[in-house]
Amino acid sequence: MTPILDVRDVTKAFGGVIANDGITLKVPQGAIIGLIGPNGSGKTTLFNSIVGYHPIDRGSIWFDGREISRLRVPQIARLGLLRTFQQTRIYGKMSCLENVQISVPHVHEGLRTMLSPYPSEVTERAEGLLEFVGLYPKRHLRGGEMSFGQQKLLELAMALMNQPKVLLLDEPTAGISPVLINSLMERLKRINADLGVTLFVIEHNMRVIMNLAQHIYCLAHGQLLAEGPPEAIQTDQRVIDAYLGAR
Amino acid sequence: MTNTTRNLLLYTLICLISLLAPHLAPAFRVQMALLWMMILFALTWDLGGGQMGYNSFGNIVFFGIGCYVAAVVQRDLFFAVEGQSQATGDLATSSPLFNYFNGLAVGLALAVIIAVAVAAGLGSGILGLRGQYFAICTLGVGIAAGEIASGWGYIGAGSGMVAPIFPGGPGQNATFFYYFFFALAVTCFFTLKRLYASRFGLAINAIRDDEDKAEAMGIHTTRYKTIAWCISAVFLALAGGAFGHLNNFIDREVAFPGITFGVWMVLMAILGGKGTLWGPVIGATIFHATQELFWTYLLGWQRVALGLLIVVIVVFFPLGIMGWLRSRWPERFGETVDLEARAAPISLGETR
Amino acid sequence: MVDNLLLLFNAPILSAQLLVDGILIGAIFALAAYGMALVWGVMDIINIAQGEFVMLGGYVTFFLAAAGVHPLYTVPVAAAALYLLGWALYRTVVFRVVDKDMFISILATFGISIFLQQLANQLFQADVRTAESGLGSFFLADGLIVVSQIKVVSFICALILGATLFLFLKRSRLGQAIRATAQNARAARIMGVNTDRVFSTTFALNAAICGAAGSLVVMTWLVHPYLGLAYTLRAFMIVTVAGLGNMASVLLASLGLGAVENFAGFLLGTEYQAAFVFSLLVAILVWRNALLSRQRKYLK
Repeated sequence: MTPILDVRDVTKAFGGVIANDGITLKVPQGAIIGLIGPNGSGKTTLFNSIVGYHPIDRGSIWFDGREISRLRVPQIARLGLLRTFQQTRIYGKMSCLENVQISVPHVHEGLRTMLSPYPSEVTERAEGLLEFVGLYPKRHLRGGEMSFGQQKLLELAMALMNQPKVLLLDEPTAGISPVLINSLMERLKRINADLGVTLFVIEHNMRVIMNLAQHIYCLAHGQLLAEGPPEAIQTDQRVIDAYLGAR
Repeated sequence: MTNTTRNLLLYTLICLISLLAPHLAPAFRVQMALLWMMILFALTWDLGGGQMGYNSFGNIVFFGIGCYVAAVVQRDLFFAVEGQSQATGDLATSSPLFNYFNGLAVGLALAVIIAVAVAAGLGSGILGLRGQYFAICTLGVGIAAGEIASGWGYIGAGSGMVAPIFPGGPGQNATFFYYFFFALAVTCFFTLKRLYASRFGLAINAIRDDEDKAEAMGIHTTRYKTIAWCISAVFLALAGGAFGHLNNFIDREVAFPGITFGVWMVLMAILGGKGTLWGPVIGATIFHATQELFWTYLLGWQRVALGLLIVVIVVFFPLGIMGWLRSRWPERFGETVDLEARAAPISLGETR
Repeated sequence: MVDNLLLLFNAPILSAQLLVDGILIGAIFALAAYGMALVWGVMDIINIAQGEFVMLGGYVTFFLAAAGVHPLYTVPVAAAALYLLGWALYRTVVFRVVDKDMFISILATFGISIFLQQLANQLFQADVRTAESGLGSFFLADGLIVVSQIKVVSFICALILGATLFLFLKRSRLGQAIRATAQNARAARIMGVNTDRVFSTTFALNAAICGAAGSLVVMTWLVHPYLGLAYTLRAFMIVTVAGLGNMASVLLASLGLGAVENFAGFLLGTEYQAAFVFSLLVAILVWRNALLSRQRKYLK
């Protein structure tokens, strides 16, 4: 499989703190890849680097055959590489439906599309996606009125509306009611299988990530500590030590 | 009665009253013309401030550009032969009717073009600023424009310039400009109403709520922001060009009245309710009416009162009239208060 | 403009004169800017009425001087009067907007600014006023550079005032509380700091320092009711360039602004000096933001 996302030797430092140190990893087309590591190990920094949130110090990032290291956030998003946020970000004063509607892909957008009302297909698709994440009954409520977990689901629906090729999910199950986690996992698998979206997932819930991902990368102290299939990672002594704090 | 018929009735009623108004109360034509201008001010300010979250103190620049461009076109292209810097009376008597209106039309067209160019040019730098930096930067832009106008000899510098006198009988210009501002404000209202229901409307709302998220979702934020500013510029330039002609005399105080019109447009939008379509209209109407009724009694203390009024409204009434009504009777204003929906459990069990 | 530029080249001594004058006035800008940075940092409020405090301080000195007091003795009086005004404004208006959205506080202080400006216009008339200090001038370089003594005195006064405020913040207990609140208001509150008192003191202190600055302005230059906004925007510009926490760079930026403004006034003509100041504000903000946008950040 050719990697759709290719991170080569990426280094990012904030002042004296090296948050990512020479990270190299590949996300193959159509896969679900996991990214784990203790708090502060540089997972979210890596996500931010990939989507162009800040310039990287060294290395390069390739997406779908082109280098994106120097592109800016909206440009990268329009190429079809999207991320969700750990602390969810939605448009608080707009209704859930509007939140999803405005998340349509913005690739080819002339003045006319910008200024004309939404065609009904868009609304239908948005409603379908809200149904998919279980928020259809709440579609007219304001985004800001929802609980953290519901906002997380809304953010997922928004991301799907954008029809990304690759979706970076930052802790998709954090804050989600435990009874919903299994069905959310099933949804994520369907997003991957049915909609053909490649997923790259940061997750702290080990049960979830081991079940979901085909291949897992583990970061610690800004460096790539280990990689491999879930079974191997689970038994990797270095990974266990990293989580338990041994050095 | 359905919503649409009710709205249609409301609009027809307002239009009818407005069309008849100058004949019913001819003494107040200028004030009523200015009322429409105030509504336009509040609406265009709210496009940026309320809907997009870019609170500008500098929109008055486009108004001033409109004022000066329209007047300069009249002076240099249409009344040049009669003698450009002559006394006001000369211009009026020697001007054939079609010249005045042709000049006005060309002047307004050019005013729009220049205002949009300035909006796009300035916007490319300024619209990258956020929050308080944008607000204060636009404050600087507004004052700088006034200062430049008062120093530039070509447009009369400190002593100002005159627009040609309206051809026709006394008081007819008031009627003409009443209908002009009425048409302009109504066009502005319906343009914005339509735009707010479009992708543009949702996009600028998204920018207001979380611009970083909007960027992360691939929205062309710069493009949308610039378009929004340009739309404001178009309407303000038209209003400015007409106002300069109505007022007949233009100087820095008339064209860049930061402390009056510039502040009023913010205040009216907030008074009525930021981020709503009707709020600015209501705010402008109330503000203008009270001002015309009471402020003349304040004898020079109006601006002191204005300062107080700003403080009172901002501190005690920041949601405005529409915001207050909405929190009082949410269901009438399109808010979903369906408790069932609010309490509905999210289920991921069965789906299509 | 070209003529004036040539003049500067042909007579370099003129440049020195402009530079000295600019730097001497710059110290007064530094006071207003430091006050703004203080309020901004501690209360998260950008005070648009900053310049009106300067203006009112100027009027205090003007009226006292007209009553026969030597203007230099009125500096503390102006500061005290403005301290009271600042405190009163905090207690009536500002405390209500402290924790609100930044735009709310900008608009509220803008309202205060218009109120004070127009009040001054009604009460004191729009005339331009100055207070005569009775001091002479220094003649340097064989009399080619003229430096009025009052400008030097006010420069020194401004530095002393700034240093006093700085020491107060560094050493006194209340100063420590103010700095703690600036770093993290909530944590300070939990640790037993009365943040409401800190806010009122900060706002009043800011008004006082601006009042003193105004007092110096009326001696060296002039006041009129409408000069406020220019001082506010100068202060904002200086703070944007220098950052919130650094006294030395605030001073440096202020002196620089004073000098630049003086040169611009000479080159473009005084009728464009104000236009230059406001355009410079716009240019600086856009430029700073463009630099940050390379790091994919923006001014905040």
